[in-house]
Amino acid sequence: MKRHLLEAGDLDRVDATLVLDTAAQIEAALTGREVKKLPTLRGRTVVNLFYEDSTRTRISFELAAKRLSADVINFSAKGSSVSKGESLKDTALTLEAMGSDAIVIRHGASGAPHQLASWVRGSVVNAGDGTHEHPTQALLDAYTIRRRLGRLEGVRVAIVGDVLHSRVARSNVVLLHTLGAEVTLIAPPTLLPVGIGSWPAEVSYDLDAVLPKVDVVMMLRVQAERMTASFFPSAREYSRRYGLDARRMAVLGDEAIVMHPGPMNRGMEIAADVADSVRSTIVEQVGNGVSVRMAVLYLLLGGAPS
Amino acid sequence: MSSYLIKGARVLGGDPADLLLRDGRIAAIGESLSATGAEVLDATGLIALPGLVDLHTHLREPGREDAETVETGSRAAALGGFTAVHAMANTDPVADTAGVVEQVWRLGQEAGLVDVVPVGAVTVGLRGERLAELGAMADSAARVRVFSDDGICVSDPALMRRALEYVKAFDGVVAQHAEEPRLTVGAQMHEGDRSAKLGLTGWPAAAEEAIIARDVLLAQHVGARLHVCHVSTAGSVEILRWAKARGVDVTAEVTPHHLLLTDACAEGYDPVFKVNPPLRTDGDVTALRHGLADGTIDAVATDHAPHAVEDKECEWAQARPGMLGLEQALAIVQDTMVETGLLDWAGVADRMSVRPAAIARLAGHGRPLAPGEPANLVLLDPAARSVVDPAALASRSRNSPYAGRELPGRVVATFLRGVPTVLDGKAQR
Ligand SMILES: [Zn+2]
Repeated sequence: MKRHLLEAGDLDRVDATLVLDTAAQIEAALTGREVKKLPTLRGRTVVNLFYEDSTRTRISFELAAKRLSADVINFSAKGSSVSKGESLKDTALTLEAMGSDAIVIRHGASGAPHQLASWVRGSVVNAGDGTHEHPTQALLDAYTIRRRLGRLEGVRVAIVGDVLHSRVARSNVVLLHTLGAEVTLIAPPTLLPVGIGSWPAEVSYDLDAVLPKVDVVMMLRVQAERMTASFFPSAREYSRRYGLDARRMAVLGDEAIVMHPGPMNRGMEIAADVADSVRSTIVEQVGNGVSVRMAVLYLLLGGAPS
Repeated sequence: MSSYLIKGARVLGGDPADLLLRDGRIAAIGESLSATGAEVLDATGLIALPGLVDLHTHLREPGREDAETVETGSRAAALGGFTAVHAMANTDPVADTAGVVEQVWRLGQEAGLVDVVPVGAVTVGLRGERLAELGAMADSAARVRVFSDDGICVSDPALMRRALEYVKAFDGVVAQHAEEPRLTVGAQMHEGDRSAKLGLTGWPAAAEEAIIARDVLLAQHVGARLHVCHVSTAGSVEILRWAKARGVDVTAEVTPHHLLLTDACAEGYDPVFKVNPPLRTDGDVTALRHGLADGTIDAVATDHAPHAVEDKECEWAQARPGMLGLEQALAIVQDTMVETGLLDWAGVADRMSVRPAAIARLAGHGRPLAPGEPANLVLLDPAARSVVDPAALASRSRNSPYAGRELPGRVVATFLRGVPTVLDGKAQR
């Protein structure tokens, strides 16, 4: 494993598989226990440095660190020196001087975790940077797929929605490719980046043509304000062409699953009855997120599993 | 005033000759010259070029003296072999009145290291709404001939047309920062494979090319001169080639960084590589080099853009665009154009001195190295090589994209009207 987890490309197939296997071991070790805690990172300090509001991701990392017995500091940009104009670099050096062993960073600017990693000695974990990457989301998605379908090699995954602005899509394309899955990206052409031809994925504008052929459908959140910038004409047209409703879900294969990184826009990219169906892994993804993040922190800070 | 006898310099890279500088002019060029009382400079192995002229320099004064001043920028320019630089108008206050351009011009005179020639803003406050008093700036002591809203495109086509027409009255030229603003909202880097991967909002080549295409048509329609700043794409070179073939009176410049660096530099998210227009692809770099070689692109201009540490040591999206260029410009041109065989030293003199001076209607610069001409010249050692150390630069800022890079050539001496501003690689004031 590299010292940092900045993007999905930091993990080769061996490392990525190690993370998933470790997450599975951790999950097994904690199942049925009264006290859901391992002593592995006792005495180590993990800082959650969040420049964007994301309660669910912060809580997931916080829980992961605490279940490994690490000390956790939550440092949010609101109400701290950051809002008074302290630079990212000054903040990073301050946190390091306080003895942080790992910094989990969420930032609205693409590349902020890379810069942070160049300034600190401890490990940096990217918890989502701008429109770049969100590698632990991709890990938990891969973990979820493997758990449900029993494998990743050859699994056909459709990722549907605002690929252009999605860090989840970028990380998933890279990681799923590394792990042998076949990815198809589906979106209106306006929501696919120029340059997507260099990605290890197929591209389609036609959701209905792709759906019968896939094992996994991953729906991305689409923000309604994209239509004010003419990425698509209306929410209604978007959901008609690219939303997953019960009619579309019916053409999926028997084993196929439906995923969403959350938070969902019910009625926009995903219909409520789809989100709540047995195919949906959405709640499961949240739980798996804690296990996977425990595995990441453990491997970056604690070494190989015993 | 002391006189200088330069022994054995290769004028424009030709055979060694002696040059006698006296009373601000080149008094004689020949073999085995001697002159009593003249300081003798051994220039064996050095190349003599006319003093370089930069059409595009950000000196930051007034307003951001923490990043650069006219004096520190002038020193950087002299060390880079320049004898004249054009100071861009996007200062605070904006150089959109005779008062501000005269202030900048006077600061340049006081620094005395290069001729600082102010560029006047095209529109009041660079706001793109109405013309600044272009005539007043032209008539001022600063004698402004180049007008630019650089940093911002004059995107309103009607306003651009009027500006092109209006400056004809005093033989001025509008230097356009070609960027269709609606196509570059939030743009961070060249739009292509790398921006897609890095998750940085793309700056499409078409946003530059669309404005250049529009402006060459406007310039032809009204019979005006047009200058295009920092051309960065292969498509722009094609449009310029087409326009020149049609007889449009258009000139263009390319920066050293666009001749050398590509969007691959963005991969580490180090904002020192953030610049506007952005670094492009290998194919663009090749097209720019060939465009400069065949004269489609007339000039190399630095777009020297100093920035304070806090404006660069931050998130990419928050960082200001721009990079230093004055002190390494000649080295980059040697590296990318001379050592690749695309341009000889006479060609370098043409693109870095003769043509930029002509575009700016700048008297006394870009002249041949010949008896009777003003003694504005640079001596460089083409055999030297050195590694760029930002801490050693004369600029007040440190945002050099060439840090740690080994580059060829060394400016040994620069003369401004017979007075050495640089000797033995050191600024003389
Ligand atoms: Zn510009």
